Amino acid sequence: MWRYLLPLGLFVVLVIFLSMGLSLNPRDVPSPLLGKPAPEFNLADLHNEQQKVSPAQYKGQVWLLNVWASWCVSCRAEHPVLNQLATKYKLKIVGLNYKDQRADGINWLQQRGNPYIANGFDFSGRAGIDWGVYGVPETFVIDKRGHVRYKHTGPVGWQDIEEKIMPLVQQLMKETAE
Amino acid sequence: MKMLKLAILSVFVLSYSPWLSAGVEVHEFSSAAQDQQYKKLINELRCLVCQNQNLADSNSELAQDLRNEVSAMIVKGDTDSEIVDFMVARYGDFVLYRPPFKPITFLLWLGPFVLLLLATVFVVIFIKRNKQSEVTELSDDELKKANALLASQKENDVIKGNK
Repeated sequence: MWRYLLPLGLFVVLVIFLSMGLSLNPRDVPSPLLGKPAPEFNLADLHNEQQKVSPAQYKGQVWLLNVWASWCVSCRAEHPVLNQLATKYKLKIVGLNYKDQRADGINWLQQRGNPYIANGFDFSGRAGIDWGVYGVPETFVIDKRGHVRYKHTGPVGWQDIEEKIMPLVQQLMKETAE
Repeated sequence: MKMLKLAILSVFVLSYSPWLSAGVEVHEFSSAAQDQQYKKLINELRCLVCQNQNLADSNSELAQDLRNEVSAMIVKGDTDSEIVDFMVARYGDFVLYRPPFKPITFLLWLGPFVLLLLATVFVVIFIKRNKQSEVTELSDDELKKANALLASQKENDVIKGNK
């Protein structure tokens, strides 16, 4: 009896592990930033060169950092979701315009609507490196203490908003800044 | 004709040099040691965009940026571990082609040896069991019977005049 059951059992275990491997997304690399203070940057605003954008300005609030670029194709799919997120939930979304041309970025927002309260213009991509950006678009949730609490790689869909991001944001809103 | 073929072949072989194709990007260091350090690091760090390539091989923009970052840090005089820590702090252990040995990677590092050990134990047990089944001990009764059979065989041989 064991003669036949043992190989069958091993085979079933193998199939379970392989199918688990297949369903994993290799792009989903866990961010080492989770639970750590949000990396600082001090960038010029996309629309106004004189104005500075930095994470420190948003201490005490729950906000989203969304990394985007006009050359990024999946950002196109994501943009309506961000627009809706900003109007429906009044969530503060800060943009990080990553390795883009200023005119292209401004143009893109004019055409598709602007869900951002501000946009850091990261022409060199140096701020992106500090945030561990490797696949635009990327979205981070930052809590009142200024710590990164969640990272989403790739375009955010409405399902991600309803199931993960908004429940987390609502929970973070209840936390105190200290 | 043969010379021509050889000449064409050598052009292809020579143009395959990775340093020629990388052309656009030049990182110059003041010492050979720094150059060595740079080459070692970009070979050990993974490009996160094209995940099966290291920084040295990848042509993606992020890989270029990170190569520049590594080179700038080397010029600044940072050590290997400082540069590696910088990368790990931003991109996690995944950026390392050689994962560190810590609880979460124990299975990764030790798994193959555990499997090897299990397989060896299995094979040893298997062989031992097979050997046992070859040598079957006879009981006294069986031994007597067998001797009797052999003896009668001999008698028959003698009667028939066989050898």
